[in-house]
Amino acid sequence: MGNKQTTFTDEQLEAFQDCTFFTRKEILRLHGRYRELAPHLVPLDYTNNPDIRVPLALIVTMPELKENPFRDRIVQTFSEDGQGNLSFNDFVDMFSALCETSPRDLKTIYAFKIYDFNRDNFICKDDLQQTLNLLTKGELTEDEVLLVCDKALEEADLDGDSKLSFSDFQNMISKAPDFLSNFHIRI
Amino acid sequence: MPRKSDAAKMDEVGIEIDGEVSDSDDGVAQRRNNRRQAAGRGGAKGRGRGKKPASDDEDEADEEEDEAPRGRRGANKKKPAKKRGDDDDDDSEDEAPKRKRGGAANKKKGGKAQDSDEEDSDAPKGKKGRGGKGGKKGEKEEEETKGKKGDAKGKDKGKDKDDDKDKKKKKKKDDSSSDSSSNSDEEEESMSEGEMARLMEEVEEKKKLIANIRNKPWRMKRRLTHLKEAQAFVDKFEGALGKGKGRKWYAYKVMMTKKWIKFQRDFENFRTACIPWERKIKEVESHFGSSVASYFIFLRWMYGMNLVLFGFTFGLVVIPEVLMGLPYGSIPRKTVPREEQDTAQDYSVLMDFNGYCKYSVLFYGFYNNERTIGLLKFRLPLSYLMVGIGTFGYSLMLVIRTMAKNADVGGGDGEEGEFTFAWKMFTSWDYLIGNAETADNKYASITTSFKESIVDEQENQKDENIHLRRFLRVLANFLITCSLGGSGYLIYFVVKRSQEFATRDDLSWYEKNELEIIMSLLGLVCPPLFETIAELEDYHPRIGLKWQLGRIFALFLGNLYTFLFALFDEVNTKLEEEQAIKNASIYAMKEYYANYSRLMNDSEATPPPMDPADVIRGPCWETAVGIEFVKLTVSDIQVSYLTILIGDFARAVIVRFLNYCWCWDLEAGFPSYGEFDISGNVLGLVFNQGMIWMGAFYAPGLVGINVLRLLSSMYYQCWAVMATNVPHERVFKASKSNNFYMGLLLLVLFLSLLPVVYTIMTLPPSFDCGPFSGKSKMFDVVMETIDLDLPAFMGTLFSYAANPGLIIPAVLLMVLAIYYLNSVSEAYKNSNMELKKKMQMARDEEKNRRNNTDSTNQVMKDLEDLLPNRSLAPPPEPEKPPEPEPKPTKTKPGAAGKGVDLQKDVALASPNPNARGPVSRAPGPRGQGPGPRPGPGPGPGRGRGRGPPPR
Repeated sequence: MGNKQTTFTDEQLEAFQDCTFFTRKEILRLHGRYRELAPHLVPLDYTNNPDIRVPLALIVTMPELKENPFRDRIVQTFSEDGQGNLSFNDFVDMFSALCETSPRDLKTIYAFKIYDFNRDNFICKDDLQQTLNLLTKGELTEDEVLLVCDKALEEADLDGDSKLSFSDFQNMISKAPDFLSNFHIRI
Repeated sequence: MPRKSDAAKMDEVGIEIDGEVSDSDDGVAQRRNNRRQAAGRGGAKGRGRGKKPASDDEDEADEEEDEAPRGRRGANKKKPAKKRGDDDDDDSEDEAPKRKRGGAANKKKGGKAQDSDEEDSDAPKGKKGRGGKGGKKGEKEEEETKGKKGDAKGKDKGKDKDDDKDKKKKKKKDDSSSDSSSNSDEEEESMSEGEMARLMEEVEEKKKLIANIRNKPWRMKRRLTHLKEAQAFVDKFEGALGKGKGRKWYAYKVMMTKKWIKFQRDFENFRTACIPWERKIKEVESHFGSSVASYFIFLRWMYGMNLVLFGFTFGLVVIPEVLMGLPYGSIPRKTVPREEQDTAQDYSVLMDFNGYCKYSVLFYGFYNNERTIGLLKFRLPLSYLMVGIGTFGYSLMLVIRTMAKNADVGGGDGEEGEFTFAWKMFTSWDYLIGNAETADNKYASITTSFKESIVDEQENQKDENIHLRRFLRVLANFLITCSLGGSGYLIYFVVKRSQEFATRDDLSWYEKNELEIIMSLLGLVCPPLFETIAELEDYHPRIGLKWQLGRIFALFLGNLYTFLFALFDEVNTKLEEEQAIKNASIYAMKEYYANYSRLMNDSEATPPPMDPADVIRGPCWETAVGIEFVKLTVSDIQVSYLTILIGDFARAVIVRFLNYCWCWDLEAGFPSYGEFDISGNVLGLVFNQGMIWMGAFYAPGLVGINVLRLLSSMYYQCWAVMATNVPHERVFKASKSNNFYMGLLLLVLFLSLLPVVYTIMTLPPSFDCGPFSGKSKMFDVVMETIDLDLPAFMGTLFSYAANPGLIIPAVLLMVLAIYYLNSVSEAYKNSNMELKKKMQMARDEEKNRRNNTDSTNQVMKDLEDLLPNRSLAPPPEPEKPPEPEPKPTKTKPGAAGKGVDLQKDVALASPNPNARGPVSRAPGPRGQGPGPRPGPGPGPGRGRGRGPPPR
């Protein structure tokens, strides 16, 4: 392309297009957004894959994320070090998984990771409580929270171990009418 | 050179092998080896270089060559590390094991395996050069394993290995050279069938991986690495497939596929770049959530569809007529009649689409019935009919396709209530929201919905006074039915009255536009009225919304159809009137000629043609219908824009600025700001489209007007919603609503198709206006084309086809087909259910198992892989993955393919152990090889591999 300055080589762009659901324009835009977050950190030239990470605190200021109650979890889930520092690869990964065209299965997996607050590969009652408190900004009373969590577990937990495994979660989410339309961020 | 010495050794080995080979039918293998060797010489260096960048570890070509063998081994399913270890022992050992492996693999990959060990490095090159598969495979594997190798080397015994490798390489090279000299000719048929198949499989798998890699829940780095590997693999080996003459064709095909994929991607890039208003919608979305945005997406979709319709109508009908048809004023139908000419340019007349508007390309009546126009012999009447029908065909196709696509994505098939709380918890947050106020509303609405559910749960049904509620519901429905009937009658009444008005001249503005005003007002007043009445019913909001939508739909539909029936009445009276006028005009024409000849006293002289403005016209009911629809559309646009301006904008301004000096809080209290009325707007859009569909046949210009309307309303409504509306207090779900809208659209399309098709098929067209004038039915134009333009036999063919004797069986056949497809889909549904059940069972089982053992599920593994703890070490990610599992997933093509092959190989090899056994042992050094290499399986394979080198 005739850009004054190359951000990516054509091969890189092709590879990104193969690995994500984005078009080249969107990838370039993503890079713009990424760079916007930390202009002093992120170089314009990405042809040599610099190893740069933008910290969580900066990422969650993006308008797409800043109102999301789960923003920290989202960013942590997609960060390779688990601390919320995102390299550009992770950054692209995040929006690719959350974009409109990514398939339900993929979204389910990442949703599971996001709601699994303590990262034990199960959504247990603690996770549910945290989710609920984030969702309602703590407006529900303690009893209500417990009741709702119990109910949710009762509904979705098929094997009776009082926590949701991935397959429980998948089973539940696969029937949810709103999941795809809601679990979706446009960049 | 050291290689030569090695070569000597190799020769020995080779001889032994040869004997075996000859026994076993490995001529092919030998050939392959030869080729490889030959190629190897040439290509080895090239490859080595190529590989270097990828693997980073390889310093020298020799090393690279070594790697190649490893790769093959990997393919054979042995772990590279083990092999390496073996290799380290002795050259001879190395060779032996390799041979063994090759033997195991022999049938399928015989060629490859053989090459792999001794001539590996060379072989791959040779293969490449030839387009041989073996070489390519080796390369692929090499690539795959490069990472691993590199790591292993670096970590373990890089130097040792290197040495070993060097030796091996040398040997191989020597072998290859010798082989090549001896057998070069034989190489031709490089790969055996099995090999081909396997390679093909692998390549296919890699391709699949490339296509699906974006769906894998892997870290981007891992994805990128795998992608690179897979691509390199495919690149190297793809060309190897296909043989003989087929090879060129295959290569061509491969190349074309690549180009095609590239083109598709570019096209996709271009297409998405062309989708307008992406940013605007995003902005709305983040302010109001996905439900409001769904309206705008729908609007955009409509715009796209109308743009296509517009292209057809203007490209095939309007523009040809303008460019090639007779100009304005040349014939009566294109001229304003004398008595109207004085007022034809008045603003008010033009606004009613009379005067010059009426006699313009916008309407049906303007078109001439000349069979062909212009130099191009463009068949305008035929094209007019085809576009009219094609409009419906295209819309139908598009709507149905979109619905099917949406249904695919929809997915949510769970019964209501099964997962109330879990769904609320995990799917209620709208990730699109990026606006603080909306987010607050969303929090509030989620909290409320949780509280509601809790209350519901606690006292499942609070049945107070069921009788009262039932009574109220019946009452509400009664009231609504009354208002529906009332509005229908009102419209009928108004249409009738307007027919009376049509005969009078002293009409006020209101009287002229009464019909449109009444219809728009009904559309404006009734929905809120229904909403108020619906309060009586006290339904759950979601159910309430459905009722509301249904009622508004019924209202619009009723109004539209009343309007249509009234219009038909009018058309019928016009048709009667027309008959009289037709006679009158003929009479007038005759009289004119008679007078002329009498005046001139010369019956021979041809009179000058009558001034077109003076000719007596028929009423041209088609244009009248078209005008009605255009007026309706325009008034609809005006009303909806005014509503936005007054109902939303003015209200917002008042609330905003009067709030400073008012006695209560206007923003929070009574008027407050408006909310965006999604259902009303969507229904308005749908019905507007219905009118366009109905009217487009009689007023081709209507499509253009509609495109303008949609375009402006996109900007206008976007602005209005951002500037004057507040987010919904109860943000309701947009889920599935897309298909709901589409369903409505489909229904409206069907309903608007009926009257148009009816008129086309049954009513006679006006005698003096429009493209079909002079015919007894509009579709006669098709018959005419068949008779005149197609060869005679086509005509007879069509007449046969139109024979009832053929049509009835055809209809029967279709009915049968529907029945058959129906039962098939039934069966599929059943088996679907079965499968679902089975999946459920399997899932349960898996769960039980998982409770005992650790995660066996692949997805779980991937999940674990994503765990931050594991990924804590970032460096391992890129290179590591290949090591433990370049094919961790089942889907990983390479792994699966290899596994299978290995087994097969073993199976194949086992029967021959005797023959092979002795051979492999014969050479002292090699004999050891087999021992250390238990895994690869029988030595014999090796032996075979060797076969070729001995030449």
